[in-house]
Amino acid sequence: MSGTFVGMPAFPAFPVAAHEAVNDQTLRGNLRHATHTIRAKRAKAVAELSDWAALREAGKQIKDHTLRHLDRYLLQLEESVTAAGGIVHWAADADEANLIVTQLVKETGESEVVKVKSMATQEIGLNEALEAAGIRAYETDLAELIVQLGKDRPSHILVPAIHRNRGEIREIFAREMSEWGRPAPDGLTDTPAELAEAARLHLREKFLRAKVGVSGANFMVADTGTLVVVESEGNGRMCLTLPETLISVVGIEKIVPTWQDLEVFLQTLPRSSTAERMNPYTSTWTGTTDGDGPRAFHLVLLDNGRTDTLADEVGRQALRCIRCSACLNVCPVYERAGGHAYGSVYPGPIGAILSPQLRGTASEIDASLPYASSLCGACYEVCPVAIDIPEVLVHLRERVVEGGPVTREGNKVVLQPAKGHAAERAAMRAARWTFTHPGALRTGQRLASRTRRFHPRTLPGPGKAWSGTRDLPTVPAEPFRDWWQRTHGGKDGAK
Amino acid sequence: MRVALFLTCVNDTLYPDTGRAVVKLLTRLGVEVDFPMAQTCCGQAHYNTGYRHEAEPLARHFSDVFGEYEAIVTPSGSCGAMVRELYPRMGERARAEGRGDTLAATLAPVVPKTYELTEFLVDVLGVTDVGAYYPHKVTYHPTCHGLRSLGLGDRPLKLLQAVKGLELVELPGADECCGFGGTFAVKNADVSAAMGTDKVRNAESTGAEVLCAADNSCLMHIGGTMTRLHTEMRPVHIAEILAATEASAEVSTEEEPSA
Ligand code: SF4
Repeated sequence: MSGTFVGMPAFPAFPVAAHEAVNDQTLRGNLRHATHTIRAKRAKAVAELSDWAALREAGKQIKDHTLRHLDRYLLQLEESVTAAGGIVHWAADADEANLIVTQLVKETGESEVVKVKSMATQEIGLNEALEAAGIRAYETDLAELIVQLGKDRPSHILVPAIHRNRGEIREIFAREMSEWGRPAPDGLTDTPAELAEAARLHLREKFLRAKVGVSGANFMVADTGTLVVVESEGNGRMCLTLPETLISVVGIEKIVPTWQDLEVFLQTLPRSSTAERMNPYTSTWTGTTDGDGPRAFHLVLLDNGRTDTLADEVGRQALRCIRCSACLNVCPVYERAGGHAYGSVYPGPIGAILSPQLRGTASEIDASLPYASSLCGACYEVCPVAIDIPEVLVHLRERVVEGGPVTREGNKVVLQPAKGHAAERAAMRAARWTFTHPGALRTGQRLASRTRRFHPRTLPGPGKAWSGTRDLPTVPAEPFRDWWQRTHGGKDGAK
Repeated sequence: MRVALFLTCVNDTLYPDTGRAVVKLLTRLGVEVDFPMAQTCCGQAHYNTGYRHEAEPLARHFSDVFGEYEAIVTPSGSCGAMVRELYPRMGERARAEGRGDTLAATLAPVVPKTYELTEFLVDVLGVTDVGAYYPHKVTYHPTCHGLRSLGLGDRPLKLLQAVKGLELVELPGADECCGFGGTFAVKNADVSAAMGTDKVRNAESTGAEVLCAADNSCLMHIGGTMTRLHTEMRPVHIAEILAATEASAEVSTEEEPSA
């Protein structure tokens, strides 16, 4: 197989992609408004719970425990889903998963499916794979619909059209809806109620017609075989109950051992993602039930780089993620660079640690993602499962510049340091040498001080990256250590 | 009490005034300050850029230089966090790589003894009024590593509130990163600069003359942005505010040596 597919191929390095976004004033405005609003609401919703810290710790521990015994829980899940009338399929990577789903849809004789918003199916590019097989997939989540109609890419986990404002959405609806089904009403304005109504009418006919539903899941309960989808719009409930066949594609890390474990996540997820005490719709289903809901249920368990990620002691914590997107909403880099710059369906801080693990660090974008952070730590602070994102970022930076042992497609391999860091590596070594030889440091400082009248406040060449927007500090007449020695007669302990 | 000043390589080279201010302040509070001349750099830039193995000799050197002191005080939230939060992690990683406990054992003694300046003042010396006088309107930016890694909380604000003559105004969006982030500032210069500009605009909106922080690395970025944007404000390290007195307001006591 040709490496793990997460989103679309061949993206430029993060700084290149971010350059455009930073200078796009409409986008900056949209993102700033949206992230700041949800940020404040989340903080309020979380502050309401006096046991938030305990819930966060419990969520972390449940996930860590499950990941440690994932082999066992996966088999247990397979057993309980099968016992409840479902059929379990195992997919090692995106290609396998796409093949399985395409085959399953073909077997029904249908040529269209309705979809519940799902990160896993975006990760594997399912819609494109279905399209290639002549099957049309309709996104039914409002924001996903906007993205799909606009032939756009999602830029946020929870609000994929966060980069669009109301005016842009009205345009897209008016222009594109007729291509896909019921056209937008004449004279559509950009008021939220009218836009929602247009989407509702457009989607309704699809719900009622569709024979096959495709979903992901937020959780899978190992001991009962129950799958859980949490959502806000009710489109999920429609897709999960109306079609005759339901196919769910779910990452293997989405397991929780028991029904009771949901207690923790059903409190932390809505508050972290939409700042709601509880999300409007929580759908749970266990296999199939006669006379109620789909008559056939298929669960496709997706690996696609997850087992490799699990093999890494530091990086594996990324698999605790419950995709709440709180880390995106507080991230100052995401706010300015936008979701598309991350070159994956997983943007923001979680994307910066997940994509280079699921896909490896070979491509330009994946090697640059671990650096797409100032390490300010705001993401770690809000993460409801306490993923220390800065720690993983630094760990992955190390993987990029130093190489070292990793697991790829189940095999242990030793990575070489990435190309393009040679000058930096040399500089780091030189600095390390200077800093372990204080005498040399002192000589350098004195040289800088003595020549200070000739120092410019801006730099040419690569130094422009700093001085294009910031003046350099002026070098003082003498470094502190010389002053100290002069005034306190300190013995020069420099070796 | 005899404490070692860990000034940090950036301050030593570029911001000696901050070092002089710490010495002046601590001496005034009855602390005997030493500056071990063999000190260099804690290794933070190496570590955070992905060169953990290059950072190890620097951490060992730090431990050699400072291991004997009762307390180590540093006027930098991020270098303080490097020692306190990341030295133990370096030890753990070495152990996980099968290199035994040596690194962890070497670094262990300096970890609990290292204090960021405002922590040392409030927690160890137990003072919030340090007898300073600074007749200016000031706004405070809590730098990320001080805020989130060390958990400095309201210590810096309490210290500033007790300064005579100082009018403290709240900074909107205070806990948002200024965009420095070490090598992030050059590797992702566009985003970094956008964050810096927003920080400066927020600071300007307070009408303060001075933007104060407890870390000169962030102030270097913010200050460089301020002059480029032709802002009237000045960046000032908190140590320099806390060291200022009525006497020093009249005549500058710091001699400027001839270059
Ligand atoms: S990393 Fe944490 S904060 Fe970010 S989406 Fe995942 S669970 Fe939410």
